[in-house]
Amino acid sequence: MSAIRVQAPLTDEQVRKLNIGQKVLISGEVYTARDAAHKLMVELLQKGEKLPVDLRGQIVYYVGPTPAKPGQVIGSAGPTTSGRMDAYTPVLLKTGLKGMIGKGARSREVREAMQKYGAVYFAAVGGSAALLAQYIKEAEVVAYEHLGTEAVRRLIIEDFPAIVVNDAHGRDLYQEGKAQYRRV
Amino acid sequence: MREIHVREITETVARLCQEANYELCPDVRESLLGALEKEESPVGREILEQLVRNAEIAQKNKVPVCQDTGMAVVFLEIGSEVCIVGGDLTEAINQGVRKGYTDGYLRKSVVKDPLFNRINTGDNTPAVIHTEIVNGDCLKISVLPKGFGGENMSAIKMMVPADGLEGVKKFIIDCVDKAGPNPCPPVVVGVGVGGTFEKAALLAKKALLRPVGSHHSQPEVAELEKELLSAINDLGIGPQGLGGRVTALAVHIETYPTHIGGLPVAVNINCNAGRHREIIL
Repeated sequence: MSAIRVQAPLTDEQVRKLNIGQKVLISGEVYTARDAAHKLMVELLQKGEKLPVDLRGQIVYYVGPTPAKPGQVIGSAGPTTSGRMDAYTPVLLKTGLKGMIGKGARSREVREAMQKYGAVYFAAVGGSAALLAQYIKEAEVVAYEHLGTEAVRRLIIEDFPAIVVNDAHGRDLYQEGKAQYRRV
Repeated sequence: MREIHVREITETVARLCQEANYELCPDVRESLLGALEKEESPVGREILEQLVRNAEIAQKNKVPVCQDTGMAVVFLEIGSEVCIVGGDLTEAINQGVRKGYTDGYLRKSVVKDPLFNRINTGDNTPAVIHTEIVNGDCLKISVLPKGFGGENMSAIKMMVPADGLEGVKKFIIDCVDKAGPNPCPPVVVGVGVGGTFEKAALLAKKALLRPVGSHHSQPEVAELEKELLSAINDLGIGPQGLGGRVTALAVHIETYPTHIGGLPVAVNINCNAGRHREIIL
């Protein structure tokens, strides 16, 4: 199956067209954020304050890259386990976050919020960080610099390979894929 | 007594931290290629191919295969005829981790305090160090950079003798099933059975040091490893959890005598990179 090109940031129309199992090549602007950054952002929202970056329409990539070697844009940069962000995700979806790139299963609350607000979850291949870094063309820290690898970075990616695992229609490729090959 | 200077230990640990992160062990690479032959899912095969290609890029460019370069777990087998000179052994190991992770552009993933001060220590120290005194005049150093995708999906259970072999099998299979896509399958499943609470966990971790796919020397344990591998691969989780035939590359079990009243079982999951490196000084 050939891959579909996806342009970030995402529009509602683009999100609705995506279905589980589709291979995608994502290009455009995405933001990195891991556990610590999520915690800080959600604390800001709870206080009624603005986020350091406007996440409306945006894709967040769950990654904590290795330090860039001289001459590199970014170090190795594969997806981290998304489930750790589940506690924070519904509130970010409510503020307009449209997509997430990570690996591993999402909670029922997140999947329901994705359906409610119209968002998509892409899985990238965990453990292929050296390869995935090659699709990252620019990287700059835009918030929480003190968090080091966990800081929020703005990335420009080009043809970044991923697969749609949870779509805005409530389907889950982890559940359906496993059921297809299960022999117990 | 044979003298080994701490400087040599620091240099060795630093080198092993980098090598383990830059290069897949030949046994892991071989088993990924073997998995490629067995995998029926087209998406699963593409993922396995991507992992092999990733390893080639990492090795060529001397960059980490995964951005989670782990918390450094260091095992030492110290011969009783070895005398370590020139300084403190723990500090020598931590100095090696500091040097390896800093000079090698590896990610520093250790925070100072788990609850009250989650501030990055900045140099990936302290390491988790396990020492054992053995016979002879050699020092064996093994470094296992442990990523937390797999570590977080690991579990320990204090079972009772009545749970028996069936209970143990069920616990291990359920643990991998529950982990699903999170630990980056195809995984290596380390199992420790017996001893005490902490001994079982340590056995499970040590099992990950074995060459992937090697079997236990005791035939009934080796049989159990094969049976569990087959049962785990029937779960359908597959590469990255997207469905497929290959969920685990191997199951390694280590056992130890235990108490009449107990049956401790620990499962420690390693990701598809299965990183480990060792050297004998």
